[in-house]
Amino acid sequence: MSTVLFYILGFTALAATLMCITRRNPVHAVIYLVNAFFALALLFYLLGAPLVAAWEVIIYAGAIMVLFLFIIMMLELAPMHTPAGPGWKRWGPVAALSLILLCCTILMVAVDTGSSQSVPFFYVSPRVFGTVLFKKYPLAVQVVSFQLLFAAVGAYYVGRSERLADREDKS
Amino acid sequence: MIVPMSHILAFSGAMFFMGFACVLAQRNLIMILIGVEVMLNAVGLTLVGASALWGQVDGQIFVIFLMAMTSAEVSISLAMVVYLHRRSKTLEADAFSGMKG
Repeated sequence: MSTVLFYILGFTALAATLMCITRRNPVHAVIYLVNAFFALALLFYLLGAPLVAAWEVIIYAGAIMVLFLFIIMMLELAPMHTPAGPGWKRWGPVAALSLILLCCTILMVAVDTGSSQSVPFFYVSPRVFGTVLFKKYPLAVQVVSFQLLFAAVGAYYVGRSERLADREDKS
Repeated sequence: MIVPMSHILAFSGAMFFMGFACVLAQRNLIMILIGVEVMLNAVGLTLVGASALWGQVDGQIFVIFLMAMTSAEVSISLAMVVYLHRRSKTLEADAFSGMKG
């Protein structure tokens, strides 16, 4: 059961990635990439990493992809005109991919009865994960938090407005 | 293991090289960044697969560090995309060849 699901999800992710990297319109590419990330999150769950699967959806498909969409729309990079041709050619593939993902998710929820027999071969609960993370790698956690702080400061510095930059250069 | 490790490696390798092809072939800065995202996710799948293969948590912890690294990278690079767009009104990578020898 898990094996079949793994191959279905794997080919879905590869198809979504292939569609993503061949698009000219960045908005379409981002939508396909969100599909690929959902498929990857289900793969992570199948491989016994439920916490990583949740973060894949929350951080990658949620935060990072919305940031991409925000920048694309702020800079008006997407073409304004609608190309000719029937509409289903544009939204058909992404709807099919999403439908496959939805079916796989429902199947996984239906199979998981919550009993002890349904626990997979290898499963890392969030409690074990957190214990190992903070007991074995405390220094790495600190380094990563500093890295995120520096990234926030750097993004603010690079993205400040021209007028402010001129005033700072003169003074 | 639900599937042999070689299949996981083949799948993530295919995904990695799709992202690599995207970085090399696309000329739009946003699409290049998307290619980098695809490559990083393929690496994450390899780490989770290795974690399941040896029954250790460490691989999954590395994926969390990878995600933190990616969010830092994306925030900086998108700020640079905004900066470059403000400076030269284009996002084609060929326009930024000022350091060519």
